[in-house]
Amino acid sequence: MTMSAPSNAFGGQASPWVSRIAMAAVHFFILVLFLQNVAADTWSSVIGLLFAHLYSVVALTYWSKIERTAAGDTVIVTVTLEYVLMAIIFWERASAWPWSTMFGLGMVQVCAFAAVKYWKDLRRAPASAWFGLIVILVYVMVAATAPIIAPFGETEIVGSEYDVWSNKHLLGTDNLGRDMFTRLIYGGRNTVGIAFTTTLLAFIIGGFAGILAAAMRGWVDQVLGRLVDILMAIPSFIFALLILTIVGTSIPSLIMVIAVLDATRVFRLARAVSMNVVVLDYVEAASLRGEGLWWLIRSEILPNILPPLVAEFGLRFCFVFLFLSGLSFLGLGIQPPTADWGSMVRDNATLITYGDITPLLPAAAIAILTIGVNFVVDWFLHKASGLKD
Amino acid sequence: MTDAMTGDPKGEIILDMHGLRIEGRSDEIWHEIVHGVNVTLRRGEVLGLIGESGAGKSTIGLAAMGFARDGCRISGGSIMFDGVDLVKASDDSLRQLRGSRIAYVAQSAAAAFNPAHKLIDQYCEAPVQHGIMPRAEAESDAIDLYHRLRLPDPESIGFRYPHQVSGGQLQRAMTAMAMACRPDLIVFDEPTTALDVTTQIEVLSAIRDIVRQFNTAAIYITHDLAVVSQMADRIMVLRHGNLIEEGETRGMIEDPQKEYTRDLLAVRTFRKEISDEPNAEVPLLSVRGVNAAYGKVPVLFDVSMDIHRKRTVAVVGESGSGKSTMARVITGLLPPSQGEVFYDGQALAPGHRRRSKDDKRRLQMIYQMPDTAINPRQRVRSIIGRPLEFYLGMRGEERDARIVQLLEMIELDPDEFIDRFPGELSGGQKQRICIARALAAEPELIICDEVTSALDQLVAEEILKLLQRLQDELGLAYMFITHDLATVRAVADEIVVMLQGKVVEHGPKAEVLRPPHHEYTALLLSSVPEMDPDWLDNLLDERSGQTA
Repeated sequence: MTMSAPSNAFGGQASPWVSRIAMAAVHFFILVLFLQNVAADTWSSVIGLLFAHLYSVVALTYWSKIERTAAGDTVIVTVTLEYVLMAIIFWERASAWPWSTMFGLGMVQVCAFAAVKYWKDLRRAPASAWFGLIVILVYVMVAATAPIIAPFGETEIVGSEYDVWSNKHLLGTDNLGRDMFTRLIYGGRNTVGIAFTTTLLAFIIGGFAGILAAAMRGWVDQVLGRLVDILMAIPSFIFALLILTIVGTSIPSLIMVIAVLDATRVFRLARAVSMNVVVLDYVEAASLRGEGLWWLIRSEILPNILPPLVAEFGLRFCFVFLFLSGLSFLGLGIQPPTADWGSMVRDNATLITYGDITPLLPAAAIAILTIGVNFVVDWFLHKASGLKD
Repeated sequence: MTDAMTGDPKGEIILDMHGLRIEGRSDEIWHEIVHGVNVTLRRGEVLGLIGESGAGKSTIGLAAMGFARDGCRISGGSIMFDGVDLVKASDDSLRQLRGSRIAYVAQSAAAAFNPAHKLIDQYCEAPVQHGIMPRAEAESDAIDLYHRLRLPDPESIGFRYPHQVSGGQLQRAMTAMAMACRPDLIVFDEPTTALDVTTQIEVLSAIRDIVRQFNTAAIYITHDLAVVSQMADRIMVLRHGNLIEEGETRGMIEDPQKEYTRDLLAVRTFRKEISDEPNAEVPLLSVRGVNAAYGKVPVLFDVSMDIHRKRTVAVVGESGSGKSTMARVITGLLPPSQGEVFYDGQALAPGHRRRSKDDKRRLQMIYQMPDTAINPRQRVRSIIGRPLEFYLGMRGEERDARIVQLLEMIELDPDEFIDRFPGELSGGQKQRICIARALAAEPELIICDEVTSALDQLVAEEILKLLQRLQDELGLAYMFITHDLATVRAVADEIVVMLQGKVVEHGPKAEVLRPPHHEYTALLLSSVPEMDPDWLDNLLDERSGQTA
């Protein structure tokens, strides 16, 4: 170990929030600098990229409380440099979509840091977990850098209808003559992004309400519980169709509707597992100490119900994904011409009758991600249950 | 009666474990946990296995059935049971033996019984399964055994569900179940550890009688030397998977050869120095005429007591006597329906939410189960650091320095322990962390709710000594809730005896422990097992003499 940075890389005892806000401001400033440089010329952009990298190494060290080693630093620097090299090779494309380039760099660095930080656990992870992690990583990178990778524009009509697979169009073209490979890449970005946001929102709403109900009991529990009962009494697909027909199918309304519907399931789980934790002595000890509700929820209950919630997250994510694709298939999901895996299956369904598997590719993409996510969740659960013993 | 334990000629060897080695798996590496132990047992003999937790006594007990727990394996040696080597025997032949010729009685009968079936149905399962007797015969046999084990209402108790009988009765029903096929060997794994002292006696005498009646060989596993000396003909002392000492019960108790055995024997000898009578000032805590109820069920009836500064008041009683409820009233978790709690002369608000931060700070609590009393997802640093932040507004380096100080106070090495999770601590260490958390608030009174009952005796004694040292150094007052009179003898200045929600006797320790006692105090006192192998016989003789 060459450098073992303490938990706080900058020393001192300033409030973490003040320094975090300061860091965020610096981050933003550098981003702006970089984007301006993109317009100017190639070399200053590269220097900007490297500068941003250096800065983020420092920032991430501080944030992730990583214990730095020579090997870890090498991994992070190498991975970043490889990314930068790729960006330089494909400079025309990379500089045309600076936001995507920047986002991709961020993802690469976060992944590298996570890998270094959790290397001990990763090394012992089973093959299934590795498969899941790699699948997720590939999806995330593809989604982040979609415009750079995709050979054509998302809605661009580039050939005749239902072209076969060829060198120009790797997976052929769709019913309007758009490149299938391009649509698949963009579809991943749209569908995964929306599904992830929706699930996250569902967990924030449902998880918070569930813990609150368990911690407060009494009328809060009653009111929230009955509200959820009412929502759950209506078949969710019909309910979603109804609401979406009324408010219209914009992406924000899609996310909100599915999130609220899914939050009811999360609520019930979060409430049930919190109930088991709330009665334990350490929660009693904390409330006897005089801790407020927020502390009880955040520090005493939440960390202890996290494993089942994460497991549920994996499962919910898949359900939301299917729900979204189902809605798209019916025409009420993500609206054309935006690429989306669900509606891509519907649009090209005719091809199946001719023995062409192209329309099934988006479905396969959904299936692979679903399996990958669940592998990772299984591994996490296994690890978490081991920790308790 | 005593000649049955010493002089009786025993039968042929029924169990012979030779050079037994068992390995356990952790972090994907096999570690040896039992290092070549030899155990022989003759028909009709009772062998006591004794040691702290982690000594390997349960593992050896299970190995006597040819069984190794999940994550364990028998890696060496032989287990000869009546001419069959259980290590080499097939799963099928083991299944034939288990339940019919070798039986097992678990520590927690409540957890070992299936709550969905009646007791007698579970009783009949083994004999019918092994084809020993038909169902109707098994039922009448069960009733006979319930008689012999002196269960109340033996004709009909079998037709109840496990949750409908008490813990002591359940443990006896479990013993009856183990006896169902008249096995040659029974393994008792701490069968009375979870019971009150008064119930323990009934179970002990019932188990002993039935083992003698059927001339069954038994392995009796416990960490309580006083209990094992009542039950066993021969005792093996184990530590870290090694045999420390083996010998006839009487010889072992009277003349232990090894240092460790002497430590185990001396465990109940810790005594606090007699402190002065309380000075006449206002008591630190005063409970006046408190009645309390859970919902509509009244639990406390007109309870009053005082705790003075720097004194230890022990509250004694069986489970259900209301002693923990009293702690809940004092801490404000359960507002009393009548009566008041005064702190330093000032009335405390009945509910804890209305009490000031300082009131809460001065009154801290240590719980029975260290496993659930600390958050498993927080490191020691934040567990101890939080009260420092919360009550005393300490931050950063000041806080860390104080945490180190507190860890030193509870005799844990700060460098090693400060960043551990509770899962990486032993039971005794967790309880020390709980003590440190209470101390962090700089309290004046600490309520200790059965703080040692979940711990091994040697560890428990260390905790008691630590609490005593802290009291001397910091001038704390303790309210010590316990059902263990040995603990009371060790630490108390004053004793409050509770029965069914009422205080039946209270006063300075010497006064309460000196006759004449209240009837119930006498019962409690006489029920504490002593290291004398004749103690149970004498006691039972005495009690039957009284009733006759």
